[in-house]
Order: sequence, then C-alpha cells, then structure tokens
Amino acid sequence: MSAEAVELRGITKRFPGVVANDGVDLAVHTGEVHALCGENGAGKSTLMKILYGMQAPDEGTIAVGGAEMHFRTPADAIAAGIGMVHQHFMLADNLTIAENVLLGAEKQHGIGRAARARISELAGTVGLAAADGSGARSAGAPLDMLVEHLGVADRQRIEILKVLYRGARTVILDEPTAVLVPQEVEELFATVRAMRGEGYTFLFISHKLDEVRAIADRITVLRRGRTVGTVDPREVGNAELAEMMVGSELPSPESRDSSVTDREVLRVEGLGLPDPAGGRDLLDGLDLVVHAGEVLGIAGVEGNGQTELVETVMGMRRHARGRVLLSGVDVSGLSTMARRERGIGYVPEDRSRHALLGDQPLWANRVLGFQSRPPIGRHGLIDRGAARTDTERIVADFDVRTPGIDVMASALSGGNQQKLVVGRELSGDPVLLIAAHPTRGVDVGAQAGIWAELRRARRAGLAVLLVSADLDELIGLSDRLAVILGGRLVGTADPATVTPEELGTAMTGATR
Amino acid sequence: MTALVERVRTLPGWARSALIATGLVLALSITVTLTGQTQLASSGTSQAAVGLGLPILFAALGGLWSERAGIINIGLEGMMVLGTWGAAWAGYYGGPWAAMLGGLVFGGLGGLVHAVATITFHVNHIVSGVAVTLLGTGLTKYLATLVFAPLSQNPRQSPRIDGFTEFSVPGISEGLAAVEAQQRVFVSDLAGLLSGLVTGLTPIVVLGIVLVPVSYWALWRTAFGLRLRSTGESPVAAESLGVHVVAHRYVAVVTSGGLAGLGGAALVLNSAQLGYLENQVGGRGYIGLAAMIFGNWRPAGLLTGSALFGYVDGLQLRAGGEAVHALLYTATLVAVAGAVLWAIRRMWTAAAVALGAGVLVYTVYWTIESVPSEFASYAPQLVTLIVLAAASQRLRPPAWLGEPYRRGEGS
Amino acid sequence: MTAVARLRGAVVAPLLAIGVAGLLCAVALLVSGASPWTAVTTVLSQLGSGTVAVDTVNSAAVYYLAALAVAVGFQMRLFNIGVEGQFRVAACVAAIVGGTVVLPPVLHTLLIIVVAVLTGAAWIAIPALLKAYRGVSEVISTIMLNAIATGMIAFLIRPETFGELRGNNITTPPIPESGWFPGVPVGSGTIFGMVFVAAALGVGYWFLLGRTRFGFELRASGESTTAASAGGVNARRTIVVALLLSGAIAGLIGLPELLGRDHAYTLSSPQGYGFTGIAIALLGRNHPVGIALGALLWAFLDKSAVALDVVGIPREIVLIMQGLIVLSVVVAYELVRRMEQRAEQRRVAAGTPEPVGAAS
Repeated sequence: MSAEAVELRGITKRFPGVVANDGVDLAVHTGEVHALCGENGAGKSTLMKILYGMQAPDEGTIAVGGAEMHFRTPADAIAAGIGMVHQHFMLADNLTIAENVLLGAEKQHGIGRAARARISELAGTVGLAAADGSGARSAGAPLDMLVEHLGVADRQRIEILKVLYRGARTVILDEPTAVLVPQEVEELFATVRAMRGEGYTFLFISHKLDEVRAIADRITVLRRGRTVGTVDPREVGNAELAEMMVGSELPSPESRDSSVTDREVLRVEGLGLPDPAGGRDLLDGLDLVVHAGEVLGIAGVEGNGQTELVETVMGMRRHARGRVLLSGVDVSGLSTMARRERGIGYVPEDRSRHALLGDQPLWANRVLGFQSRPPIGRHGLIDRGAARTDTERIVADFDVRTPGIDVMASALSGGNQQKLVVGRELSGDPVLLIAAHPTRGVDVGAQAGIWAELRRARRAGLAVLLVSADLDELIGLSDRLAVILGGRLVGTADPATVTPEELGTAMTGATR
Repeated sequence: MTALVERVRTLPGWARSALIATGLVLALSITVTLTGQTQLASSGTSQAAVGLGLPILFAALGGLWSERAGIINIGLEGMMVLGTWGAAWAGYYGGPWAAMLGGLVFGGLGGLVHAVATITFHVNHIVSGVAVTLLGTGLTKYLATLVFAPLSQNPRQSPRIDGFTEFSVPGISEGLAAVEAQQRVFVSDLAGLLSGLVTGLTPIVVLGIVLVPVSYWALWRTAFGLRLRSTGESPVAAESLGVHVVAHRYVAVVTSGGLAGLGGAALVLNSAQLGYLENQVGGRGYIGLAAMIFGNWRPAGLLTGSALFGYVDGLQLRAGGEAVHALLYTATLVAVAGAVLWAIRRMWTAAAVALGAGVLVYTVYWTIESVPSEFASYAPQLVTLIVLAAASQRLRPPAWLGEPYRRGEGS
Repeated sequence: MTAVARLRGAVVAPLLAIGVAGLLCAVALLVSGASPWTAVTTVLSQLGSGTVAVDTVNSAAVYYLAALAVAVGFQMRLFNIGVEGQFRVAACVAAIVGGTVVLPPVLHTLLIIVVAVLTGAAWIAIPALLKAYRGVSEVISTIMLNAIATGMIAFLIRPETFGELRGNNITTPPIPESGWFPGVPVGSGTIFGMVFVAAALGVGYWFLLGRTRFGFELRASGESTTAASAGGVNARRTIVVALLLSGAIAGLIGLPELLGRDHAYTLSSPQGYGFTGIAIALLGRNHPVGIALGALLWAFLDKSAVALDVVGIPREIVLIMQGLIVLSVVVAYELVRRMEQRAEQRRVAAGTPEPVGAAS
C-alpha cells in the first residue's frame, strides 16, 4: 500500500441548479476493494464520471499513482489505467463479443488473431462462460456471438473483460449487483477477490450495505454531494453506516392496521405473453387477485416479467393470452385508454419515458392519460382551464416543488416529477393503482411523501398492484407479496413475517 | 429434398448469394425463352443497366457510410446535385479525372454541412437532410448561372466536357459476346448479363464497383470501421471506450457526401450526356438511399438494390413496356419458386403469401398486354415499396440510427 | 416559462437565422462581384411594383397549405416527404373530374375540392398503413410514391387516357367556369379565392392542435411515443389519422392555381411545392402564425427575384438565401431550445429551497 492508486481532492461539480459534488475527497489504496456508498442522488455516479473523464470537474484535482492528471475524455482515464463498468451496460447489441471488447482498444493487439488470443485468455480471468468454447466448436467461435444473445451476468463479465483488455489496474464497478441474483453476486465477488489477489484495485459503488461489508476493505460515504468520511467496515456497524448515508435513520416502513376488504378489484387469470423475438414466453399462466384496500406487492429480480405484467394489465402489450378482470368485468379486449377510463391509475417504472412529456408544461402533463374524460376532456375537446386548476391542486396537495405549472416537466427534479405523476394517477378516483418502482431515483423526502400518499389511498379503499425491486418498500407497503420468476408467480409471502433473506432466495428460485 | 434445403441453409453467405443469383438468371432465361423478349438478358440492356445503376450505387454507398455511423442522410440528393456541378466545372477545365475529384469535393462539402448541422448542432437528421438538399440545389443553380451561362449561353447546362475513353476487358468481353450470339438457353443469357460488367467500361465504373468491397473491408475489417459502426450502434458505449464519436461521425458523413458527389460525377461523365444539366439528378439520391435500405445496410445488398434499379431502368429505356411486362412473368416464376422452397421448410404462411403474390402478378401479366411506359420506369420504386412492406421486420438498421446523441449525456 | 419569454424565443431564433442567411448571401454576392446593397434595394423596391404584392399573397397561400400539410405530420415527428406527390396526383385527378362532370357552380367547385382532398388522402394511405402496421419508415415510402406519382400523372393525362393534346402541351380537359373558385380583384391583380380557404384552414389547424383531444394526442405522440402509449393514446390510429390528414391538406395545394388561374392540369404545371412546404413548416416551427409569416417571406423572395436579373444579379441567389434561412433556422431553434431548457432548470432549482442531489 505505497502510493494511492487514485486520489481525488476537493472535487466540485455543478449542474444548472444542482451541486452534484461539493468538495469531495476520496483516496483509494493500491490493491484494495474500496467501496463508495451513498443514497440515490448522493453524487456517486457524477464523481465516477469525473474520475473516468466523462465529465470535467469544476474544481478539484485527480491524482493517479501520485501524479496529477487532467482527464478530458475516457480515453485519458483508460490510458492512466482506470476502467469503468457502468451500471447500465455499455454494450452494442448488434456487435459481436470480440467487437465489443476490441472497440476503442484496437491499438493494443490489432483486431486479428493476437487480439482474439488475448481476449480468450482474459475471458478465463473474468470467468466468462459464453467464451469458454464448448464442445466441438472452436474456442474462438463464441467470440463472434452477437452480444444481444447473452444474459446479464455474461454481459457484466464482458464489461470487466473490456476494462482489463485495455490494461486497467483500477476498475470502477458502478452498482454491479443491482442486476444480479444473489448466486451471481457471490460469483462476482469471488472473481473480484481473485483479481484483488492479482493486484487489481477496485472502486465499488453501491448503496447496499450488506454487500459493501462483504466485499470492501474500506468504505467512503457520500451524502448530498459531500464526503461524510472513510471507515473500516470491521470497525463500524450497519446502523452507523446507514446513519452516515442517510443522515438520520433509515426510512423504515411503519406497521399499521389492515384495510383489506374481500371485494375483488383486479383479477388476472392465466395471463400469458409470447416473446415477439420468438424466445420463451415472457409471461406464462399468471394468476393474481387484488382486493379493494389491499396492496399486492410483486417481488422478483428485475427482468422476470414485471414490466410485461404491468404493461399487459394496462393493455399496452399485444397478443396476450388469458383474462384481465376489473371489478368483475372482463377488460382483456379493451384499449389502454378504455382501461384507464374504468379506473386504473398507472405509475410506470420509467417516469421520463412513460409518464411525462418532458418538453411540455406541467399542466399539459396533467392531461396525459385523462384527455378523454371529464373534467379535462369533453366531446373530443380539451378543457385547459380545468387542467390548470387540477394541476394547481396536485402541486399543492402532493408538495410538488415548482415555481409554477407552466414550467417544463423536464426542469423538475426526479422526486418532484414523481410526485406529480403519483398525484395525477390518483386523481379521477381510480379503483386500482398500478405502481411500478414508484420511488426509484427519488430523494428520501419525496420517497416518504409518496409512501404516505399510497398508504392514504389504500386506506380509502384503493387496490394497489405494487412492483418494486426495493424489498424495504415492498415489505413496508404490501399486505401480501407474490414472487415472480421467469414470467410465472412462484410463491406468496406474508410481509409481516417474511425476511428479506427468505424473499431473496424465493426470487432466485433456489428454494425449489 | 428437405435435407438438401437444410444443407443450403448452412452454406456460407457468398455461396447462398451465388445460388440465389443463379436461380434468378434461370428464371430470367426461362422468361426469355417463353416470351421471346431477348432484351431481358441482352448485353445492351446490361450495359445500360450499369450506366444507370452507377450513380445510384454511389449514392447508396454514401448512405451506407453515413447511416452506419447513425446519421440518416436524405441530403444525399443535394450532395449529388452539388457533385454534378463540381464535376462539370472541374471537368471542363481539367478533364474526366478532375471531374471525379470535383464531384468528390463538392459532394463532400455538402456532407460537411450536414455533419455540422446534425453532429455539432443536433438538428434532426431528416430536417437537416431536407435543408441540405434545398441549399445544395439552390447553390448549384446559382453557380451554374454564374459560371456556365457565359460559357454555354445556357444557365441550365454546362458546356460539353471530355469523358473517359471506354475500354473492355480484353478476351473476356469478346468471349462473352460470342457466347451470347449463340443464343443458347441460360448460357447465352448469363453471358449477356455479365458482358455489361466487362464491356464499355470507364474508370469511374470500375471505381464504383471496386468501392463496394472496399467499403466492406473498411467498415467491417478495420479498427477504424469498427469504431465508425459502433457510433451508429451505441454511441454511448463507444464514447465510454474512448472512441471519439464526433470525429468518426464527421468522417462518415463527409465521406458519405463525397461518395454522393461521385454519383453526381458519374451522371456528368455519362457518355450520353457529358456535362451538367439542370435537374439531371432527378431524385437519384433518394433512390440510392432506398437501394441501401433494400440491401439491409450492407454493401452486397446495396449493390443488388442498385443493380435492380439500374436493370429495370435500362430495360425500360432499351425495350420499353413490353419487356418490363415480361418481367412480370419472371416475378411469377420467382414467387412460385419461393413458395415451393418455403413449403419444403414448412413455413406455410410465407409459402401462402408467396403463392398469392405469384397468382396476383400472373393475373396482371395475363390481363394487360404491356406495362404503360409511364409506369415502367417506376417499377423499381414499386418493388422497393413491396420489399419494405414484406421484409421490414427482417431489416436490421443500425441500432442508434437517427437517435439524438450528445457527448457526455449517456447515463 | 412565461408567455413573453416563449414569444421572445420564437421570434429571436428566426430573425437571427434570417440575419445570418442574409450575411452569407451578401458574402456570396461580393465574391461573385455583385453589390449586396443593390440586391437588397432591388428586392425591396418590388414590394409596391406591379402585381408583386398580389402574386406574393397568392403564392404564399399555396405555400401555406403545403406547410400545413407537412406540419400536421411534423407534430407527431412523422416526415411526410411525399406532400409533393400527394398534391400533384390530387390536382391532376381533381382537374380531370372537374373538367369531365357537369354541375351547377358552387356544387361543381365543392366536388373538385372534395375529390382533391380524398385523392391526397388516398395517395398517402399506403405509407400510413405501412407505417402503422409494418413499421416502414414513412420517409422512404413517401419518397418512392413521389416518383410513382410522376408516372401516375403521366399515365392519367396522356391523350389515350384522360388528357388532351394542345399545342406542345398535354393537358386535362379544361374545367368549365362553373367549377372555378372566384377571386377578389385587387389593383391590377386578383387574389385567389382559395387564399381565404387557406387562412381558414390555418385557424382550424390551430384549434385542432391546441384545443382538441386529437391534437393533444398528436403532440404527445410526437414528443414521446412511449409516454403517449402509457397515457392511453392509440399509436396506430394516431399515425394513420395524422398522415391521412396531412395527405388531405396536401390535396388542396394545387387548387388555388387550378381553380383560380389555370383551370386545367398540364404536364408543365408547377412542381416542388411539397418540398417548399417542408422548408416553410420548419421555418414557422409548425406554428400556424409562424408558417404564415414564413410562407409570405418565401413567396416574396420568389416573386421579387425576377427583378434581380434586370440589375445583373443571378436571381438564383434567392434560392441560396432560402436554403440558408432554413438551415440556419433549424440550427437556431435547436440552440434556443437548449438554452431555454437550461435556463428553466436553473430557474426551477433556484425557486425551490429543497436540497437536490445529482441525478444518478
């Protein structure tokens, strides 16, 4: 542990209206796994983009191996031996494994035989299964596979392989476990430990405390763009770490009385959805019931059919099998708008893509999804006055922080955007709310506000189908839990008694 | 039979293409024999096809370069127009080689404008393409009035320029002519079709044909090409790997313009009309783009597309509506053959559609005597429409084509 | 954003663009040895001379219709490059029908208009259905149909089909006076009656976009197809209706001249209005008033250009001017849009006390 592998001093980065990093210090020893922790929006990703040359800091210095550096592009960072594995994989689906690895690093070994030999060699280091070369096919053949045919864990390993191929000694892993099932997490950690043994340095970004404690040698905590401190995980407890991250206590789900009735609002029978690309069915024989005043939580590792379930119930997917009944009426053949008119509210998982018109003012966003029915839509016309009035109501009731309702939706922060969306979807007296990851990417204050609104609506008799990857959210809000795996519901659990660990094993299918 | 079809499916791509090409020539040959329309496979038709397809081929190559880097280029038309002026101007003073250079440079300048608008200023690609075409056409007319009017006393036309001397591949050209003259089924037709590729050539024809494999090599077999294509597939990923997305896209779009400009030069150097003539491009830039889409954004595919456009154009020019009418018979044969092949592979829907199309085309063939000449010239456009309708799901455009991208904004 | 700021943004960008375009044109003129000052004064002096003003208004009405047709599609990010083909086929078919049937005055004119509208819509129906049900890019399919339109028209008006040979030109049978659209005489010229139809259509366009459910769904789909679909917008239906509407309006483009001046469609009838429409829709940013101003500017440049030849400046400089205006205006709009977005984000952040973290 001689010189620091990477040392950041006084990094400040401002975006219009936001200070993402405010004098951040970070020192990473050579050959350690250093974790960077913080809540969503604490400034972790921005800091890493700065370290990786994707953004320039407004103030502060970066030193690698003791020498001060100015990174203008990722190429500069790569040349200094820093590689980054992004949370959202940076792979081109339409290129082969080899092409993805070689891209940008053609000077290392060319793009011919020597390069392929080196890739095959490194594929072993990162434990890439797809490139192992199975059976009679030649060892090089899998390298010509298109990346689009690979699973998540393999893609991640290609990302690490890319970084190593460029000669990186310091690897940034941005939330690497978010997309993995627990077994895959263990395999990843094994690879990381083995590579640490070979002298690689890791910067591991996460907000999952258990994982951080399992893998990190030291932990630096960020909060609201500032460094809170660097600690040794063997010396501090979970509660202390959590307090460093959040500033107070974790927003823990409250216990409360049951408001569940036995009136069925949503019944889904034998729901199936073929894969348009011709693969295995995305949904298969899925049954569920949600009662008035009940929150049914759908737990599952992402990509097991949650998105498809929600979009099929909303009528946005074609060619679905099975039936969807709303308050006893079959709505399977109806359009999305007809389903909305019958009282379904919908908080989509990707708010900027599915819930908002970024370049439109807030009041126009209030119209979206309600353009066909009073008070806003009437005889094919739009009542702007009514839309504006009701937007004012949402802004006031749901604490949307905005200077007015004429600002563009994209100008609001994520939390305020989401409060607007939730407020909109709860207007017009819905009987059912479908909420997919309702607090993803929002700040802690907005999260608490949205949870409170969901609970209030539930008490008033709303049925809620909640999809979330945040187990605390699921357990805290749900009256019942159902676990989805591979497009099927594989089990149910009582949130009062289940532990996150139990749920985690059910989600991976390990229990059966 | 099924086993045979399966073996064909596992053949390498070039062998399958050769097999398909042979099948098409066979269908054409049968048509010639049964309808007596010898022009369908004559050397004259194929030579005309090469001449008419060449500008389209250049434009299609231009489209390939730009769109592989993710930039839609419907400004090809304007870049070609600029190319015609540049070629005529340079050719008037410096001969045919200078004309090629002039076309290249002026088309490249058009490409540069498109690049600045789309890459630096993030203007919508189609909007910018329309604007570039408008500007290119306007600038060309202005320059033609300014420069050519004093020389030719006509603002719409340049003085005649010197063309290339035509040459034929010695030995092969005469050999093919001899085989064609024997009028044997299939063999003579094949010879007639091939002779266009070896007879009456000029350097610009050779350049166009050579640029197809060269583009393939540059885009798929070099590090530079990998980088360029990656900016069209996933610029965010490319940027994260240190690829200079903006620089590669600039190179791609300027090259694209240059190629389109060469297409303009090919028009100017066409022996039938040596020089600039207002509106001589006449939408060939758009056709080139269509030929490239027809070819699924691949060099060999766009060559096929350009050849199709050139062939039908040449046929209708040389032999008129009756020859194009006979093509309907060929289309029927191809549709029936396709139906049979699909039926063997138990793809019943595809087989039924092909059979239905065959019946329909044959009905048309049977009811009308001749395709009105007004329509005959637009048969390629119709075919493109049908191909788009039938095969749009199987086309594979670059993943990021036309999508906005800004440096440093990847998540 | 306040209404004033919005208006400022909408005005500054095009003025800036016209300024830049004018500057570049001046450079081009200087390079070619002409005086930009002479060019400007010559063009401006045309405003009051002869029938230039009337011709400008007439021409602007044609351009206005073309730009509206394009703008309807643009609202949904649909690029109807085929307005050109739609308007030509529609004008040709309407002329044939108008020249063939015998009807009392008003009915005759109405029939011609209806035929034109339906033909325009029919010509775009194929791209519309291909786009909605097969995902085929409307750009390519409409371009193909532009070419096919040329063949179609040549086929329709050849003497063996519906046309007549007159002198050197092939033409459709002339429309009798009962089918004309009377104009308004102004000074030495006549303003086409269709000018008022175009203006009324502009009002209708404004109402459709801003006040109706369909207009809202159209704009929502244009901004984000995913958000629109989650908001209950039927994407396919919106695509088909928007394109049919675009084609229907395109069908009207040829009528001001057909019903007010030419009374027959000939092989030499004007072309290119479809592409001009694209340029003007861009210039006017799809706004009914913006388009009107753009159309007037464009038409004025066209009509006054003739005078440039007299003072020895190639009139084609106007084409460069027009091309440059469009190119610089699209760049300027994009820059202004970005600036406004940033300013708004700053303003919102400044106006909200809440401490915000970075987007992760």
